[in-house]
Amino acid sequence: MKLKRRDFLKGALAGGLLCGAAPGVAGAESVRKDLPPKAVGILYDSTLCIGCKVCVHACKQANNMPAEVQGPEPYWDNPLDLSAKTLNVIKRYGFEGGKDAAEGFAFIKRHCMHCIDPACVSACPASALLKNQENGVVSYNKDACIGCRYCQIACPYNIPKFEWDSPFPEIVKCQLCSHLLAKGGISACCASCPTGASLFGPVQKLREEAARRLRMKPGEYYDFPVAAIDSGESQQHRAAAYVQHVYGERELGGTQVLYLAGVAFDKLGLPDLPEDSYVALADGIQYAIYKGMVYPIVVLGGLIYIIKNRQEKKE
Amino acid sequence: MHAKEPLGTKVLTKPFFFWAAIALIGLFFVGKRFVYGIGAVSNMNDGFPWGIWIAYDVVVGTALACAGYSIALIVYVFNRGEYSPLVRPALMTSMFGYTLAGVSVIFDIGRYWQAYNIFLPWFSNLHSVMFEVALCIGTYILVLWMEFAPAILEKVKAERLKAKLNRVIFVFIALGVLLPTMHQSSLGTMMLMAGHKLSPLWWTAFLPLLFLITAVVIGYAAVIFESLLSSVVFKRPLEMHLLSRISAIIPWLLGFYLLVRIEDVNLRGHLSLAFSGGLKANMFLLENLLLLAALLILAYPNNRRNPRLLFLSSLALLLGGSLYRFNTYIIGFDPGTGWRYFPSVPELFITFGIVAAEVVAYLWFVKRLPVLPRLEGPAKA
Repeated sequence: MKLKRRDFLKGALAGGLLCGAAPGVAGAESVRKDLPPKAVGILYDSTLCIGCKVCVHACKQANNMPAEVQGPEPYWDNPLDLSAKTLNVIKRYGFEGGKDAAEGFAFIKRHCMHCIDPACVSACPASALLKNQENGVVSYNKDACIGCRYCQIACPYNIPKFEWDSPFPEIVKCQLCSHLLAKGGISACCASCPTGASLFGPVQKLREEAARRLRMKPGEYYDFPVAAIDSGESQQHRAAAYVQHVYGERELGGTQVLYLAGVAFDKLGLPDLPEDSYVALADGIQYAIYKGMVYPIVVLGGLIYIIKNRQEKKE
Repeated sequence: MHAKEPLGTKVLTKPFFFWAAIALIGLFFVGKRFVYGIGAVSNMNDGFPWGIWIAYDVVVGTALACAGYSIALIVYVFNRGEYSPLVRPALMTSMFGYTLAGVSVIFDIGRYWQAYNIFLPWFSNLHSVMFEVALCIGTYILVLWMEFAPAILEKVKAERLKAKLNRVIFVFIALGVLLPTMHQSSLGTMMLMAGHKLSPLWWTAFLPLLFLITAVVIGYAAVIFESLLSSVVFKRPLEMHLLSRISAIIPWLLGFYLLVRIEDVNLRGHLSLAFSGGLKANMFLLENLLLLAALLILAYPNNRRNPRLLFLSSLALLLGGSLYRFNTYIIGFDPGTGWRYFPSVPELFITFGIVAAEVVAYLWFVKRLPVLPRLEGPAKA
């Protein structure tokens, strides 16, 4: 009897230590996810963007979003950042004292990155955020959501927003105009972009296009596709001096929205991130402890056994 | 079996009314939250989607409510029956702490009317740490009430029901040890996902282990604190013979904890951050110094027999351990886009109200239900 109990305690202790050993296990197990077979996304080229914000307006129209009034006059929709009313925003970067010369400013467009291994999807306890297995779009289902906001904590890009002022709030985020994609269309921001700065298409093709642009000679004229990469439409622009990095190709396992810019990405609000997603790490630890619920069930069995035995002895 | 009995003194005292009033103010703001939305009473925002309702009421609150877990661990698993007089009051504080944490989650989540979605098989996300925490805490609240039920059944003299419950209670006791082990560590795992948004002083793969140890240590500290305080308030003899022995476990746990905590930050190369000044750095130092102070006091057997030092060290432990958890969820968190967060007055009052409700329930329960051990000799109220 006594020996068995001691053995059990040893086992339980080993189980407890597992929490500590898990990081090692997780490191070994973390697997990078593949791009979904028909993944679509957006290539945003900051150097082509003229900051006209037509895409912001088109997004609101396509998704029935309300205007966001920021000034004294109640006529202008003028969002400063993403919010529960704004799924897509154009921001301008400029440093103090910098002239509006080539290096003095840059535009940046922000919306959901549609991560290949999305933290929000993994975090959501009620599967309200789901990644489409075919095209990889991360969408939201308000009928599942409980409003816990763990998606907001988990998102490395601070994309999901919450309706703080509603008694019946929802999470709000870009869903890549899924309703338009379903009808064979493309996202409203890309369809409306006059310069091709926002370009829609299959992620694989967008990656190739980004690589082509990084190889361009700055200052020379090239063809740049407009709206969608396979639209057949194109415009001629001078190639800019690109930062030699495609943001979103590798960050946290990669995203379906890709960025090119002439200014360092961290200045544009895109943080420097490792290549392994935090999801993979957290999942690794959870799996090491809870896989098939084997450890919890074994520990519970052991606990029931010793506690019941003691009670009987007392009686 | 140690006999327990209600204190039997008057319930409607001045302190009772004081705490009840605060609970009512909290309730008023809760009403406002449900009519106008969370933004109407709280300063939480899209950068800081979790405020004190999660960081204090749930993450710190359930740790303070780990008294039942920590005591059950030694009484039932390590077979130290001599501590069993501490079990029932500890269970009771755990029951209140967890139940009210559950209640405050309902205030906090936006779409509370479909909270049950988590448990519908077609919505449940088995990958979500939050799912595991919700399931475990939900079940544990039920388990705590079942574990405490004998005290209520004794009161209403339902002897047959009590006998029936006693035959299966070992299942609940076992679950009462397993479930906190799971969800208290997972409360740490939860913030792993915050990644670069959590300062490297707190973000580590050891989060689950550190959260588990702080839960156990805070649990013991809460037992000591609660026992000493209730002895003074209700003019009962101090339970020093039990408390000084139980506190001998703490230095070992704390030593191991601090070793992992500091060495982890050091090995990842971020220890210099701790001395860089600023709120984050100072909170990191404060949190660890409080725990170190408790360790230094409790390391000496003579100090453990001194009620005043024991009380002070338990206070340092409660503060230090709670601060670690609070820092991980709020102070160390920075979404990096200029967002700031400081709780609003109504938001604070909802939290105060929850604490006050706990005190009110405690006062009523110990005076009317058999919770505290019967005193030897002529009992004086």
